[in-house]
Amino acid sequence: MDDETTTRSPAVTDTSQFDRRRFLRIIGLGALAVVPLPVLPELIRAAGLAEGQPEPVHDMSAPARTRDGRIRQWTMIIDLRSCDGCQSIGQPPRCTAACIEGHFAPEPMEWIEVFEAELPGGGTRFVPTPCQQCQNPPCVNVCPVAATFSTPEGTVLIDQERCIGCRICMASCPYDRRFFNWGNAPIPPESLLADYSPEHQVPAKKGTVMKCDFCPDMARTGTLPYCVQGCPQQAIYYGDLEEDIATNGRVVVAASRFLAENDAYLLKEDLGTKPRVYYIPGHGEAVGRDAFTPDRQPTEWPWMERAEGAVTWSR
Amino acid sequence: MVALNEWQERLEETALAPVRRTGPRFWALVAFLLAVIGWGAYAYSVQLRDGLIVTGMRDRISWGLYIATFVFFIGISHAGTLISAILRVSQARWRTPVTRLAEFITVVALICGASFVIIDLGRPDRVLNVFIYGRWQSPIIWDVLAITTYLTASVTYLFVPMIPDLALFRDRLSGKTSRWRSGLYRVLAIGWNGNVTQRRSLASAIGVLMILIVPIAVSVHTVVSWIFAMTLRVPWDSALFGAFFVAGAIFSGISILIIVMAILRRAYHLEKYVTEKHFVYLGYLMATFAAIMIYGNISELLVHGYKFAEGVEFHFRQLFLADFAPLFWFYLVGGLVGPIVIALLPATRNVRGMVAAAILVTLAMWIERYVIVVTGLRVPLMPYEPASYAPTWVEWSLLAAGLALFALLIAVFTKVFPIIAVWEVAEDHEATVGASGIARPAALETKN
Repeated sequence: MDDETTTRSPAVTDTSQFDRRRFLRIIGLGALAVVPLPVLPELIRAAGLAEGQPEPVHDMSAPARTRDGRIRQWTMIIDLRSCDGCQSIGQPPRCTAACIEGHFAPEPMEWIEVFEAELPGGGTRFVPTPCQQCQNPPCVNVCPVAATFSTPEGTVLIDQERCIGCRICMASCPYDRRFFNWGNAPIPPESLLADYSPEHQVPAKKGTVMKCDFCPDMARTGTLPYCVQGCPQQAIYYGDLEEDIATNGRVVVAASRFLAENDAYLLKEDLGTKPRVYYIPGHGEAVGRDAFTPDRQPTEWPWMERAEGAVTWSR
Repeated sequence: MVALNEWQERLEETALAPVRRTGPRFWALVAFLLAVIGWGAYAYSVQLRDGLIVTGMRDRISWGLYIATFVFFIGISHAGTLISAILRVSQARWRTPVTRLAEFITVVALICGASFVIIDLGRPDRVLNVFIYGRWQSPIIWDVLAITTYLTASVTYLFVPMIPDLALFRDRLSGKTSRWRSGLYRVLAIGWNGNVTQRRSLASAIGVLMILIVPIAVSVHTVVSWIFAMTLRVPWDSALFGAFFVAGAIFSGISILIIVMAILRRAYHLEKYVTEKHFVYLGYLMATFAAIMIYGNISELLVHGYKFAEGVEFHFRQLFLADFAPLFWFYLVGGLVGPIVIALLPATRNVRGMVAAAILVTLAMWIERYVIVVTGLRVPLMPYEPASYAPTWVEWSLLAAGLALFALLIAVFTKVFPIIAVWEVAEDHEATVGASGIARPAALETKN
């Protein structure tokens, strides 16, 4: 063994620089190649590559405040006693229609969708369902790029200029309240002139997710959301939990008392998502609906023929 | 001693043969695979132009074939980890001839799997947002981190044990091959001459890597399962999901390894090294994992089915009786019971039987991924009619292209790199023959 080492030594010294040291160095470099991965976002930020990109909350106005400076906490209360799914007027639900027209929501998106839910003892009730604006939002938790985020006003918004279209938020939303622009969305030409912001998702962008944004920009100017304005029975109240006030456009109520005295409930409360949308149980009895009258008119999108080169899809 | 030398010579010749000779059949295969990949590229260009509307996915079933295929590929990447790391740690000597193949399957499967995530994105142009705005709270980011780490680790783990063989190629092919090839082997062999210090560093490097790669591999597939388990969907709501996915990953990894082994054994005449024993042993391992999968399915289904919570009735109906029943029963009977029966029966305990079992398992595991993704999303969340999903030609084309890319990368690899771990096989052979102190060719020079 020693013999061989000594006889070969001249040759070995020549290449010894390639031996152990270089070998280990290369292995070490290989291992080091793994290390930058976790710090890559920081490196990209440090290198200034992220500059010029919109910050997490993009194009957002300052949150609305009460007179004494507290940030408003938007809420919605839907009084199911007054919702008949617009059966009495023989039209598609007006809340959905008003929302679609106000937001140019592409077909077939129903940001506020009127579901017909079966009652446990038979019969049905209509449940207008916007995004529930969860305070423990599963969609915000899973978003890889913070394209969907919670705001100080307690709403959940989507920045369609950041969304990568991975759709994990759609998988995680337990209320089926997220919609994807599968193709070039059917929207009318005038919507293309709008100033886009996450609070005002116009125009729709292909390959991104959309949903009800709770109209915080309108609320700040003292205007009620389209769906509240559109409801012919004044079943939808919008308001501020911080100041404990809500209105359907006709009456003003103290939100907490209104909720407590009418046994308000939350959708899928057991999931712990903590929605900001409350429901008062009912089946349209206040507007004369019989619980055993099924069906509502299907939703319509008024501008398909005006949307050039647009395609539509089914849900 | 002469016999051993001859044996060594034959082994090296077998390893070198694919690199030395390339027949027209190989080029025909490459042309075919490139055509399939080209077709897939066309399908993807259609998808880029029109958006994901060209797929069968819609709002209510918003993931489909792409995500299922992603999970499938990440799953089969566990072939390498299992064979080369777990079996290396447990010093199972029979594994040496198939180690290299398994390690390469790992790397290739990871590349193919990762590309399906990109294909699934609505805005692939914004993929860099993942690095710019990545949030550690998101399971997608866990995946990005786990897969890139696993890819780096498995490339390293493929490369390091290959160094002595690359040196063999460098020495044996010098002057007999193109300049870029000699250059490639010279660079990649990083000055290996087989002396005692080098061999010692190699052994310790492999030792560290094989321990390191096991937790990485386990974490990768656990994290993949968490993409589903972290949501509020009834069929995915399971703490078992991580372990279940890891078991399924190793299971499908073994099956793909058996198939690739069978093809390369015939194509490159490796019958002497990759023997029936390897197929049968891997078949036993596969049957063991089939049993683990059966256990996993029983725990999963019983815990959900016993309580029959909201949505479970719908889910069980679609799995066992309605839309997905043919697929799900094929998976249970063909994919899980099948390989156990094949491994138990003496008549099928041979290469043919094991390859048949492996094909069943590969199909069944792709189907399982597909069923998990689609049925999980199909359970209605609100009072609406259940949605339906069927992949379109674009999705099938991209699946075909993904599989073709997998085959192509492996085929090309066999033409460039040693597909048999020559030095490890030789070492094992020596150990079994019991000879020592023999003179070995330069590339494997040691000082015994």
